[in-house]
Amino acid sequence: MKHTISVLLQNKPGVLSRVTGLFSGRGFNIESLSVAQTLEPEVSCLTLVTSGEDNIIEQITKQLHKLIDVIKVTDMSETEYVEREMAIIRVKAEAGTRAEVLRVIDIFRGKVVDVSSKSYAVEITGNASKINAVIDILRPIGIQEIVKTGTIAMTRAKKA
Amino acid sequence: MKITGAQALMKCLKEQGVDVIFGFPGGAVIDIYDELLRNEDLTHVLVRHEQAAVHAADAYARVKGEVGVALVTSGPGATNTVTGIASAYCDSIPIVVFTGQVPTQLIGNDAFQEVDIVGITRPCTKHNYLVKDVNDLIPTIREAFHIARTGRPGPVLVDLPKDIVASMVNYTEPTGPVKMRTYRPTYEPHPGQIEKACKAIVKAKKPVIYAGGGVIASNASAELTELSHKLNIPVTMTLMGLGGFPGTDPLSMGMLGMHGTYYANMAVANCDLLIAVGARFDDRVTGRIDAFAPNAKIIHIDIDPSSISKNVGVDIPIVADCKHALAGINGWLKRNNALDQDGQLEKITPWLNEIREWKKKHPLGYVEETGVIKPQFVVQKLDELTGGNAIITTEVGQNQMWAAQFYHFNKPRTFMTSGGLGVMGYGLPAAIGAQMAAPGKTVIDIAGDGSIQMNIQELATARQYKCPVKIAILNNNYLGMVRQWQELFYDKKYSATPLDVAPDFVALAKAYGAVGLRATKPSEVEPVIKEALATDNTVIMDFVIAREEGVYPMVPAGKATTEMLLV
Ligand SMILES: Cc1cc2nc3c(=O)[nH]c(=O)nc-3n(C[C@H](O)[C@H](O)[C@H](O)COP(=O)(O)OP(=O)(O)OC[C@H]3O[C@@H](n4cnc5c(N)ncnc54)[C@H](O)[C@@H]3O)c2cc1C
Ligand SMILES: Cc1ncc(C[n+]2csc(CCOP(=O)(O)OP(=O)(O)O)c2C)c(N)n1
Repeated sequence: MKHTISVLLQNKPGVLSRVTGLFSGRGFNIESLSVAQTLEPEVSCLTLVTSGEDNIIEQITKQLHKLIDVIKVTDMSETEYVEREMAIIRVKAEAGTRAEVLRVIDIFRGKVVDVSSKSYAVEITGNASKINAVIDILRPIGIQEIVKTGTIAMTRAKKA
Repeated sequence: MKITGAQALMKCLKEQGVDVIFGFPGGAVIDIYDELLRNEDLTHVLVRHEQAAVHAADAYARVKGEVGVALVTSGPGATNTVTGIASAYCDSIPIVVFTGQVPTQLIGNDAFQEVDIVGITRPCTKHNYLVKDVNDLIPTIREAFHIARTGRPGPVLVDLPKDIVASMVNYTEPTGPVKMRTYRPTYEPHPGQIEKACKAIVKAKKPVIYAGGGVIASNASAELTELSHKLNIPVTMTLMGLGGFPGTDPLSMGMLGMHGTYYANMAVANCDLLIAVGARFDDRVTGRIDAFAPNAKIIHIDIDPSSISKNVGVDIPIVADCKHALAGINGWLKRNNALDQDGQLEKITPWLNEIREWKKKHPLGYVEETGVIKPQFVVQKLDELTGGNAIITTEVGQNQMWAAQFYHFNKPRTFMTSGGLGVMGYGLPAAIGAQMAAPGKTVIDIAGDGSIQMNIQELATARQYKCPVKIAILNNNYLGMVRQWQELFYDKKYSATPLDVAPDFVALAKAYGAVGLRATKPSEVEPVIKEALATDNTVIMDFVIAREEGVYPMVPAGKATTEMLLV
């Protein structure tokens, strides 16, 4: 099963390679990964998506926790959370298809971030399935290039 | 007070209680070596290969129960330490390794003797550091020692660029124990888990204690022995746990696992409660996982949560230091009057009888042959003639297993072996480290003729520091353990295991100014050992043994531990 794991870690040199080295060394897989500073400049938040049986996920969280620079490990999948990724998709947009592309990205609340006479680059934000849906719809029109971020996630606040 | 980085290093080492450093110099650490000259209270042991410095520091740490220290130069000095570090990591041994590094402004430049040793050792250290700012030097060293010795112990590497140790830094005394935001190991057990464990212990009819290296690390032998004795629970130990419970105790079943005793493996396979204490369910111990303790409830005490339920599902996990957890269990049992000895004895007697029957059926043993020295006999004689009181180190292979099976370790911190990584060449440098830690003690390296050649150069170190270590080579003229596998599973095709050219170990000892003795007949074994023990010098005893003797019992890889090949 897929798990989104959020890791708070001290922003020290080499810390990312400690995390990725742990995954490659122990044969765990990483489907996506994203890191950035938090409100505290010396702390980074790393979100990673991985999959495996429960015992593997348990080892992953324990092993992450064992890294000296790791402050906190949260398996988001055990909580209520929101997750997002972003894609920039360059899609063919010629006379016949420009309107169609705009309609699609409007439905998915995307926006055009770069325009040329032959293509649009569109930005889409959402969870993985939404982004995949957009890609599926745009594919017949002609996708030229895709870049995607990893997943980021945040637990939902407790409802009062 | 402003001092140089090198001076600060010396001060920090002494703060940490270090008195012996194992090392080897070079350009990047020349300032540190210069400073060492002015610190006569720090004994520096000049090894002859950096790998040996780390193994020696490892054994020093094990004997003393403190942190061992190694110091080497950048580049090749640093890479030579990797095997030693990896071994200490696998065995959870607290050491701090200081490596020299090229000056900070050259880092990343492919400078002379530059390697990214922090990158190289990331997966085999508990943690490591590159000190890039001299103001971080002192806190880093203190943190390194703190991390090495606390929690699940392990090696920490500190990489010291040459300009850092030469710069000036403000030294201040430590203000208290190191506090870290992210690292706080759990020592105290959860009382609810202790209660659950105790209830299971009281209920069990066929309990077994499975004790590992964590018992030694946490100095928990007394608490373990108390638990076993109070309730008559039989004990088996891993290779790393030997000495954690007295080997001559009637409740000891010796080692379990691939080369464990028949009765220990049978007891584990048939027990209804397995009490794992500071042991990590290694594959050499469990054999085929689904057949390991199949009928047992499992209690697991371990300070590292990632050890728990890693290989084998655990019913009652206790994340804690063994000493604290066992004291908690003993205390609960006492408070709840669970120690009514007669009732307990009555309940457990059939189980102890069952084990006694297994012991009778297949005791540890070997077939004697006239005129030929059996390696097991040599180890038995070493045990007898040292009264079981020596510190034993081993190389790796058959020699290591015979040492584990036939020497009776009665006290913790008397058996040093490379268990997890299994490094041939560990034994001699380890013997030197052990001897430096316990100068008055008899230290014996039980060796194979293959392994001993991997760090034979350390004879010079032993001689230089007057370490009267005794090396007992069980000389079968083979890479014996691999040959045994070839005999059993590869149709006796001895590919690359005969050691066709071998040194004359007696002459070799002499070349180093040590003493060489040889035994070729059983009757010569005792006189040779006696002479060696009476010699105040480094001694090699070359025992020419039955060439194709095997280690038994043996659980073939991937088999259940009850499927043992026996003598
Ligand atoms: C040729 C060869 C053959 C071998 N055959 C066998 C064999 O037949 N039988 C055998 O047993 N081994 C054998 N070994 C050794 C084996 O590979 C492992 O090294 C060994 O079994 C591990 O021992 P352990 O489980 O006690 O773990 P260790 O490696 O000693 O680990 C200690 C455990 O205790 C925990 N711990 C550490 N400190 C504390 C503390 N303060 N409090 C609580 N917990 C703590 C750690 O987290 C860890 O889980 C063999 C090795 C070789 C090279
Ligand atoms: C550095 C290293 N290389 C290879 C091995 C694989 N290995 C394990 S046991 C063994 C044979 C050891 O031979 P020897 O030291 O003569 O001991 P014996 O088994 O004969 O007692 C070998 C090659 C190892 N453990 N370590």
